[in-house]
Amino acid sequence: MIEFKLPSLGADMDQGTLLEWKVSPGDTVRKGQVVAVVDTSKAAVDVEIWVDGVVRELLVHPGETVPTGVVLATLDGVGETLLAPGATARPAPPPPVARIAAAHRISPAARKHAEELGVDIGYIAGSGTDGGVTVEDVERAALAARAAPAATAAEAGPRRPVTPAARKRARELGVNIETVTASGPGGAMLLEDVERAAAPAAPAAPAKDHQGEMRRAIAAAMSRSKREIPHYYLAETVPMQSALDWLTAVNAGRPVTERLLMAVVQLKAVALALKKFPEMNGFYRDNTFQPAAAAHPGVAISLRQGGLIAPALHDVGDKPLEQLMRELADLVKRARAGSLRSSELSDPTITVTNLGEQGVAAVYGVIYPPQVALVGFGRIAEQPWAEKGALSVMPAMTASLAADHRVSDGHRGALFLAELRELLQQPESLK
Amino acid sequence: MNEQELRATVIATLKAIAPEVEEGDLRPDKPLRNQVDLDSMDWLNFLIGLHEKLKVDIPEADYAKLVTLGDVLAYLQSKIK
Repeated sequence: MIEFKLPSLGADMDQGTLLEWKVSPGDTVRKGQVVAVVDTSKAAVDVEIWVDGVVRELLVHPGETVPTGVVLATLDGVGETLLAPGATARPAPPPPVARIAAAHRISPAARKHAEELGVDIGYIAGSGTDGGVTVEDVERAALAARAAPAATAAEAGPRRPVTPAARKRARELGVNIETVTASGPGGAMLLEDVERAAAPAAPAAPAKDHQGEMRRAIAAAMSRSKREIPHYYLAETVPMQSALDWLTAVNAGRPVTERLLMAVVQLKAVALALKKFPEMNGFYRDNTFQPAAAAHPGVAISLRQGGLIAPALHDVGDKPLEQLMRELADLVKRARAGSLRSSELSDPTITVTNLGEQGVAAVYGVIYPPQVALVGFGRIAEQPWAEKGALSVMPAMTASLAADHRVSDGHRGALFLAELRELLQQPESLK
Repeated sequence: MNEQELRATVIATLKAIAPEVEEGDLRPDKPLRNQVDLDSMDWLNFLIGLHEKLKVDIPEADYAKLVTLGDVLAYLQSKIK
């Protein structure tokens, strides 16, 4: 049996509210398939499954808020279920007792603490060695249980076709979806239906304070970063004439729908530089650095209503710029619309931020834990340039690195920035 | 397309990217990107939106001519005719 847990959604998203299951018991699922939609402080997240299998039991119901690591559903691996052809009977879900009995290891201290707090230990996912439940896990579960309103019978009842946007809005507006008249195709409930139903009651039901939640989430992650990570900062001036000329030439022959932005050139350069500097790319966990196999830069995207999010652009080092451009445009669009995939939130191996657009000369970032580095780009502007005894005018920008001193030293950081600078002098090599 | 319709199309395209924009607050003679906080991705999406709705091609070399809302309207008007 496979336990499907709520994956980590980043340091500032340690819990989520299940909005909707996209699968039912008995369904066959493929690795990477979206199986659930979970609301977090930053976005509605399409949660992807990490394994092929057959859904056995859904343990968490829509409306419930659970911390990351909690088992959402159980699955049977491929080949584990051997139903007779045509059989419709599904194996009976194991009784709750079995779930508790099958609970992972738990330390005596954690067990005692769970009893004191009245937390069901069968429900806690362990983060300790071999999945053992620690005192911290118990406390996290207790906090989440207190924060989460009990799921109502109606919410856990039979599924009606409801679009994710409608379900999310219903929660925000405090509308019971069972009472809403659906107008969509096939009796599906649409966003408009929910808003219509909420209209008379709207003033009485304040919308969920997403802004406040996001602010608190960012505060927690950034405080943790500054508390735990000994940052060091380096900056390098990067001449940008070659990159600008190259980009202008490339874009000149292209319709507006196929043009590239400097942002993708910068991202590609970062990803290629990381190949030689693996100590900037990965995670610091349990007092150990775990380098990542590929570079998935988290792209810092500011949200129009305030706040920011830095979802991953996957495998940047291995993709041509045209593909990166399409993927970046899609990522920005979905981030602003509040709809991201779980892998985009859990996978970033480094963060790249570009505040040059707002006109600042340089940015010295706060590392997003458990990552170990952040690259910042300032604005590209003409400046006086002295080279080989002559003075000229050169468009240039400041590239900065904030890195974790537990993992790397300033010398390596300096070489990384020098590599980044060199790569940006040969833009055709970044294609 | 008359001036009114063109303006309405441009504003609608802008609002699709920056929903918080109030048409009345936009100064036609001030740089648009400063007033609306459009980054380069937003700006590109704005031009793509105009390209799709109005079927005009906007070469990158012309970006420098498109600073204010007034510039954008005049440029598009000249392209449509």
